[in-house]
Amino acid sequence: MADTPWWASEDVWRKWAIWVTAIMAVVLIFLTFDSVATITAGSKRVPGYDVINKRIYYTYNAERNMQEPVIGGDAPLFGKALSPQEAEDLVTLGKLTVQAKNCMNCHTLLGNGAYYAPDLTKAWLDPAWGAESVREQLMVSFLMDPTANARTYGTGRRMPQLGITEDEARGVVAFLKWMSSIDTNGFPKGFTPIRQEDAS
Amino acid sequence: MNVAAFNSANLNSGQKVAVKYFAVAMILFLAQCLFGLLAGLQFIMPDFLYNILDFNVNRMVHINAMVVWMLYGFIGSVYWLVEEESGTELVGAKLANLNFWILTIAVAIVVVVYLFVQTGPGTKETLWLINEGREYIEAPRWADIGIVVCVLIFFYNVAATFMKGKWSGISGVLVLDLVALAGLYLAGMFYTTNISVDQYWWWWVIHLWVEATWEVLVGCIMAWGLMKTLGARRKIVTTWLYIEVALMFGSGILGLGHHYFWIGTPEYWLSIGGFFSALEPIPLVAMVVHAVYDSGRHNFRNSNHPALAWLIAHAFGNFFGAGVWGFMHTLPQINLYTHGTQWSASHGHLAFFGAYATIIIAMIYIAVQKWRGDVWMSADLPDNGWKWKWSLGLLNLGVVGMTVALLISGYEQSFVERALGGSTWAAYFSAQATPWFMQGMHWRMLFGVMTMIGVVLLLWDLVTIGKGETRPAIDPTIAAATA
Ligand code: HEM
Ligand code: HEM
Ligand SMILES: [Fe+2]
Repeated sequence: MADTPWWASEDVWRKWAIWVTAIMAVVLIFLTFDSVATITAGSKRVPGYDVINKRIYYTYNAERNMQEPVIGGDAPLFGKALSPQEAEDLVTLGKLTVQAKNCMNCHTLLGNGAYYAPDLTKAWLDPAWGAESVREQLMVSFLMDPTANARTYGTGRRMPQLGITEDEARGVVAFLKWMSSIDTNGFPKGFTPIRQEDAS
Repeated sequence: MNVAAFNSANLNSGQKVAVKYFAVAMILFLAQCLFGLLAGLQFIMPDFLYNILDFNVNRMVHINAMVVWMLYGFIGSVYWLVEEESGTELVGAKLANLNFWILTIAVAIVVVVYLFVQTGPGTKETLWLINEGREYIEAPRWADIGIVVCVLIFFYNVAATFMKGKWSGISGVLVLDLVALAGLYLAGMFYTTNISVDQYWWWWVIHLWVEATWEVLVGCIMAWGLMKTLGARRKIVTTWLYIEVALMFGSGILGLGHHYFWIGTPEYWLSIGGFFSALEPIPLVAMVVHAVYDSGRHNFRNSNHPALAWLIAHAFGNFFGAGVWGFMHTLPQINLYTHGTQWSASHGHLAFFGAYATIIIAMIYIAVQKWRGDVWMSADLPDNGWKWKWSLGLLNLGVVGMTVALLISGYEQSFVERALGGSTWAAYFSAQATPWFMQGMHWRMLFGVMTMIGVVLLLWDLVTIGKGETRPAIDPTIAAATA
């Protein structure tokens, strides 16, 4: 029809559809290059895997108005300082185990996953593990036999037996410790960490 | 011609393949709801099937059955319309058939392994053979590769058919969209130890599927469906489709940023993701306007009442589930409290059901009608068409009921766990144990059972509707001309 106004014209909208899609896609690709560089392990927001050799604190930053992880002095996991390669191998074993055991279909990691069990983002820093000195061993024992070590806090929900070996459990703990060092812009909201020794 | 039974002589060769996909889709829909009920029950009875069929397994089967049945529904829909839309025969009918069987056998194997092997040791082999352990795309790597090959064959078949016949605005959008949809799946097919990088790409698949490429795909199906059931004019639906593409991709592509608030990604995503995702409801409003306007314009005179009813359910379900429920928690100021709580589950149910389950069901009603020999499916069906009306009612009410129940639990969770409790494990559990939370879980089960009854009734209706019908269907183009 000759009297179709421009805003009802098929041609005009086809062009808009193509241009808008192309521009948005280009912007996303550009931002992706930047973001992936910012979250590569070893960056400021996502520390290298050998951060598991250090103490990880969680403190309030007034300027950003949010909590953020702070890397402290030496605190090697399981009492043994690891080389960067050994640390990466251990965290990798943990991450593979997390995927192989399908943790994400009960728990959330960085807030994504399922809602049947607590978020694991800052599990390493959670007061549920008592004191800093015992948590790593408690975590390993729990992962290897969650039925016997269940604490359900009145919900009755227990983690299932997933056949996690001691090595795998240590890997998972390393993975959780590393994950707790990621700067998540203050998520989870208002998190109260395990009682921390005086930050130096 | 025998109109008393399904008769494949009524179908063209693309449609013969399509009905196979539809049949598997509906079986998986039933399976989805069955495993949803098991998982939901475990919130109320945590010892139920403990260490036998645990929550994570039930939930994985629940959401994977959903993803797969929806993909089957989409593939079926495209095969359904490809010959009519291109004006020529499907180039590879045998290939399409073979492809269907290979894919279906692969899906069956994956499900059996999920249920009986469940998990493996923490090695790459487990991710290749058993389960990848990443929500929605848990399928092991061998199956990922198989899926990609099958989708490529499907894509070749469709694109080559349009190339041989004629192109239209709808088919052009459809084919380009399928390229993007298939390509995005590749972003989920690699292993990395870095959880931030992992989730960055994982969301490319999930978000850019449901909030970009799937939306546009159902936009194409909707455009075709409105022409089919109402006799809407091609020029009008095509123009609308372009508008929807511009608005959907314009907001949805950068709207991806609403998943990049808290996974380690830089702070600029707080603004970009918040802003663009807040615009995403706009195309969804446009789609409602479009569907309702066209229906009213044609005085709702149409060839297939159940299909049109489900198309309208789609327009509203998409708007409320994705648009309204999505918007409610998409700003970072709010998402900080609601991220990863039952809010997400509330939104996920209404969005997937409202946006995608509905329109696939509409397509299946269109298919069943023709399969029966293009019989009457408008007013005055035998028994007053009670089965389709009741299943429509029960399914929609069931899912809306679950959505509201989960939202109440989600509210409670974000207050007690996040705002008051300090987001620790103790805070999580104290929120989960409150009576308010548990009430939501009970109501979810009640409405879940209602949903399940709706599914069973739907399947019963699909295999019986139009049986023995002798009146021919209304021709929607004639109905449109006299309206
Ligand atoms: C049909 C389209 C849509 C579907 C099927 C859908 C589905 C989902 C699902 C299943 C999740 C949970 C993901 C998980 O398991 O972690 C989710 C998350 C989310 N969706 Fe949608 N969605 C759609 C559209 C939208 C729209 C249009 C918006 C915004 C206006 C939106 C906003 C969100 C947000 C903010 C989250 C993150 C929730 C969280 O932080 O936990 N969604 N969506
Ligand atoms: C038969 C009734 C149903 C029941 C009892 C049910 C139950 C459940 C349960 C227990 C979960 C796990 C939530 C959690 O992690 O806490 C879930 C997740 C989910 N269900 Fe259902 N479901 C049902 C039907 C449906 C339907 C019809 C759809 C969509 C078509 C659907 C889509 C989803 C999605 C997308 C998720 C993941 C949500 C997220 O991660 O945020 N479910 N369902
Ligand atoms: Fe999204």
